[in-house]
Amino acid sequence: MSTAIQTISLQHNRITLALHQLQDGAGRPLLLLHGLGESAVNIASLPLSWAGPIWALDFTGHGDSTVPRGGGYSAEILMADVDVALRYLGEATVLGRGLGGYVAFLIAGARPSLVRGAVIVDGPGLSGGSIHATSSSEISVAGPRVGQAPDPWALIELSRDARPPNYAVTFTHLAVATSGLDDPIAVTCKVSPPWIDAIKAEAGVMTDITMQDALDIYAAI
Amino acid sequence: MSTDTRTYPGARQPDRFRQVNADNVGIAVYEWGRESDPVVFLVHGGSDFARTFDVFGPLIADAGWRVVTWDHRGHGDSDYAEMYSWDADIRDALAVMTSTTDTAAPVVAHSKGGALMMQLIEASPYRASRMVNIDGMPSKRRMPDVPDHDQTRLMANEIGSWLDNRHNAATAIRKPGTLVDLAARRAKMNPRLSIEWLEYLVTVGARHEADGWRWKLDPSMRFGGFGPWRPEWSALRMASLPIPFLGLLGTVDEPMGWGARARDVLPWIPQGGRLEVLEDIGHFIHIEDPQRVSKLVLDFLS
Repeated sequence: MSTAIQTISLQHNRITLALHQLQDGAGRPLLLLHGLGESAVNIASLPLSWAGPIWALDFTGHGDSTVPRGGGYSAEILMADVDVALRYLGEATVLGRGLGGYVAFLIAGARPSLVRGAVIVDGPGLSGGSIHATSSSEISVAGPRVGQAPDPWALIELSRDARPPNYAVTFTHLAVATSGLDDPIAVTCKVSPPWIDAIKAEAGVMTDITMQDALDIYAAI
Repeated sequence: MSTDTRTYPGARQPDRFRQVNADNVGIAVYEWGRESDPVVFLVHGGSDFARTFDVFGPLIADAGWRVVTWDHRGHGDSDYAEMYSWDADIRDALAVMTSTTDTAAPVVAHSKGGALMMQLIEASPYRASRMVNIDGMPSKRRMPDVPDHDQTRLMANEIGSWLDNRHNAATAIRKPGTLVDLAARRAKMNPRLSIEWLEYLVTVGARHEADGWRWKLDPSMRFGGFGPWRPEWSALRMASLPIPFLGLLGTVDEPMGWGARARDVLPWIPQGGRLEVLEDIGHFIHIEDPQRVSKLVLDFLS
């Protein structure tokens, strides 16, 4: 990624993840998570202000990270990508666009002591797939671009992953119970799929707030 | 340490072995019986492997079937993959089926394999002509991600432990041991199966290396887990199956079982299907009583 100050390679099982530093600075890092089919390059252009260092992660199968064989993606695997990045960065505020917003939300519940605020922003892959059982479909090939980023299997599987509202609510409870923050999650998006509708009704979730205002609140923590 | 071997009454190594390329993941496929006989697919469960059919498979083959089974990715002699998922397992299964026959064939599937095949058949009904589901039917047992307040801590521990495991997965290796050690370890998960059988399984499901035997199962894989999946979704798929269906259920709970009871399953049995409950038998019904189960299956297939 040409605009990065530096790029760090991190190992997540058999995947090598690319973590790019976009801005230097003192204080808590801001970690940016791109949307479905994007990469750190895309989210680097998001207009935002943050005093500390800014990093952006390429998810598995995206950007400069490994494109695996045979798919098998889930939002939970991408959450583990972020956990690997947090182990390197330490405490961070996480901002995610689209699919990255859902993953930022998941990691806020999974690692509440490391995530100092998760900001959800509109972007590709925000809604996800079904919230209940649907008819299954036969998808046995991903087309001629297999092996290239963004991985076609990622585009197929991560646009269809189930996101039941009560599953999302569980992660809200986890973030609120253990993070020590009053409002560990900020919903700044205009699009409101069922999982976001569900978490907006929960305590500890900021709504009706802009992306920059949410970042300013978390920067002050 | 010597390379021990074991035999087991009725166990027979497959007649043929081949590898299928499933989107660049190599899937190990095994067959018993004449290639000209009608095909039946056997599907193993989670953390298991195809050679666990070494007794049951030949019983079906000797009745005039071409028995085809495979190791799921990360299991047995199939490749380790970067990632594992339900949908990926189903795609691998379709690759094996496509490599074997163009026509619908019966499917006999155990445990997780049963639930996988119910989803595959719902999506691709032209692939299967009949289904036998061996204790792979949905249970009402609650998953650890049920969002009740009193389960939040349990869920947090589960996710944290899963994430910790992901950090260590890249360098994880299975603990080596003697053949007897590995059989004893597996006996904790398969408490109703004989040590003689488990020792035999070591010789076909583990690798012998300089420092001892190791199970072939990808060490990055982890038993259990969490996620958005709900057991009732599998129930809906079962009810939708458009082919003749036989469900087999034991009555004794085991660590690797799903805890399904007849009362959980019966409301979702597909139209015209039937459920056989076998008393005083555990999760590995076809291994505990291969003669009885093979007779039930062969009667159903005929």
